[in-house]
Amino acid sequence: MAITTKTQLERIRNSAVWQSIFRSGSGASNVHRSQAVQQNLLLHLFSVKIRSRALDFKPTWYLGALTLSTFFILVFTGVLLMFYYHPSVPQAYADMKDLQFVVASGVFLRNLHRWSAHAMVFLVFAHMFKVFYRGAYRPPRQFNWVIGVFLLLVTLLLSYTGYLLPWDQLAFWAVTVGSNIAKAVPLAGNRMRFLLLGGNEVNANALLRFYVLHCVILPLAAVALVGIHFWRIRKDGGLYVPEKKTS
Amino acid sequence: MNNAEKPAAGGAANEKIKDKERCEECTRRQFFTRLGMGSLIVAGAGSGLFGYEYFSPNVLFEASPIVKAGKPDQFPPDSVTLDAQSGIYLVNSAKGYYALGAICTHLGCLTAWKPELNLIACPCHGSRFNTDGVKVAGPAPQPLPWFKVWLADDGYLMVDRSTQLKVAEFVKV
Repeated sequence: MAITTKTQLERIRNSAVWQSIFRSGSGASNVHRSQAVQQNLLLHLFSVKIRSRALDFKPTWYLGALTLSTFFILVFTGVLLMFYYHPSVPQAYADMKDLQFVVASGVFLRNLHRWSAHAMVFLVFAHMFKVFYRGAYRPPRQFNWVIGVFLLLVTLLLSYTGYLLPWDQLAFWAVTVGSNIAKAVPLAGNRMRFLLLGGNEVNANALLRFYVLHCVILPLAAVALVGIHFWRIRKDGGLYVPEKKTS
Repeated sequence: MNNAEKPAAGGAANEKIKDKERCEECTRRQFFTRLGMGSLIVAGAGSGLFGYEYFSPNVLFEASPIVKAGKPDQFPPDSVTLDAQSGIYLVNSAKGYYALGAICTHLGCLTAWKPELNLIACPCHGSRFNTDGVKVAGPAPQPLPWFKVWLADDGYLMVDRSTQLKVAEFVKV
């Protein structure tokens, strides 16, 4: 059975259609395997070869990969939630309630989005602590640490903008307080708050601005930064996995 | 570099002439590079201004700062009445009527009147104010503002939330 499945896969991989998409073709040689990574748009961000101990649990606890996984869950559930959500006052609150009580699996998707968001913030911090205490931020990886700091900021901004969207009391007062913190910036504070809210009070304009930031601008920024972050791992010589000390 | 040698020979007074010389000497490529960089800077500044103007709404659909608080006899003597919608307290004291802002000066939460404490308290971070708006506890950096109050012709007390009083004024009815 296993042999027939394998030969079937081999036949597919040797077909003209497959080879028109994946140029590397079939084969188990080092060249074929390298080309399979190099010639794939997504995979070519990564190294063709890595040290096997970089795949161990101990050096990374897989915290970066787990963070990326929560991001994928958030994008997937977020897009589904958008199908039932109007960013308008007071419809937004009713849509959130509909998602919880009326839409099939709506409460599951909403809770998955919410818990994944909490998990992502936690994992980003855990990832940064792990990188910091292992000293993996040191040269030649110092620029990737900077990218990581920007990713932390984008993650926090995504959390903050998403917080307003249910349009309930918690959301309203949290954003009232948050935008007043922005007001504390010297000189430009009032103008920053005005631009952020699109007015002087947390209202329909603020909801729409936070929605656009949350659903379009910040996710695009996150994808771009994640792309650079992963590419830099390869450029900086792979994950930081020191040799085991042999005594 | 020809230009690098010349400033050493000339004095500071000839700076303008040298600038002119430099431009006369520069090649077509240098000229267009400068022109390109210059127009990029202008375009960048213009885009910044355009963006700022675009994202600042010119018309806002927000409530008027002037609100009709109610008829004077609605407020019993020595009472503090919160209007949560407009965010003001109307106080009927022995000296007369006055209005306080109900928005906490710390981070903008709506405060609440606590008759049992005779204090105005903020639920967010614990600031407390007395009936004159003066802070007695908590992180609020400023007292609650006093707003202008007057009696309209139709007998209603009016409050202007955009006019803060520096000196206490009381409206006698």
